[in-house]
Amino acid sequence: MVYLTRIEHFNAAHKLYNPAWDKEKNEAVFGKCANENWHGHNYDLYVTVKGEPDPSTGFLCDVKILSRLIKNVIIEQIDHKNLNLDVPFMDGKMCSTENLAIGIWQQLEPHLPSGIALHCIKLYETPRIFVEYFGN
Amino acid sequence: MDRKKVSVFRREHFNAAHRLHNDEWDEATNFKVFGKCNNPNFHGHNYELIVKVTGEPDPKTGFVIDLKMLSDTIKEFVLEKFDHRNLNKDVPEFAALNPTVENISITIYDILRKKIDSNLDLQIRVYETPRNFAEYPAL
Repeated sequence: MVYLTRIEHFNAAHKLYNPAWDKEKNEAVFGKCANENWHGHNYDLYVTVKGEPDPSTGFLCDVKILSRLIKNVIIEQIDHKNLNLDVPFMDGKMCSTENLAIGIWQQLEPHLPSGIALHCIKLYETPRIFVEYFGN
Repeated sequence: MDRKKVSVFRREHFNAAHRLHNDEWDEATNFKVFGKCNNPNFHGHNYELIVKVTGEPDPKTGFVIDLKMLSDTIKEFVLEKFDHRNLNKDVPEFAALNPTVENISITIYDILRKKIDSNLDLQIRVYETPRNFAEYPAL
């Protein structure tokens, strides 16, 4: 079994705000991340897949195909967007890094070529904050 | 005594939303010029700010500038204003100025220039992404 990781990046605006709570409670829980006019990040996305290398190519999968897939299925939807307003798969969800990683997994997994499995979505919100999701 | 000029640097960071838009242009022109940076609902960045101060070390302290004081000044006058904000909507300096990385670096320079001893040179570098950055003044 080999693990292969492709790194992509995107920039987006978001806010952490629970519409079921009043402004005061949102600010108490989310602090400056609740700013009603949004803030934003440069996100780094690490997509790790796993499987056995193909004996005829030595590849687990063609990284170019994986890169194109991530760009088409994920980056096109979220890059230079407002995660709360512009991204259908985050509709009705809190736009935390945790939920975004889960959302990215759910979007990407059905598109992976046969023979390789998704292992991990690692998502950096800042160089110092990141989450990992392993699909369970 | 031989006096030598030295540059010292303080690195800070802030996260903000923005969009690039010229009110005098129609939607199509804005999109043509600014592309996805024109997204009406904004997007955002982790900005890295590097403040460079140049001067002769004070013979009594050995400091060009007390870096703790510089850090406190940047926090009070820049980060408080920019961090976790929408640059277009929350920062008055950008009410009529496009918040490009160029204009952000000029704006931060103008804010800090008033707070730092005029005998010291100041230069601002702002990273919008790890690959895009601006420097002001250009030397």
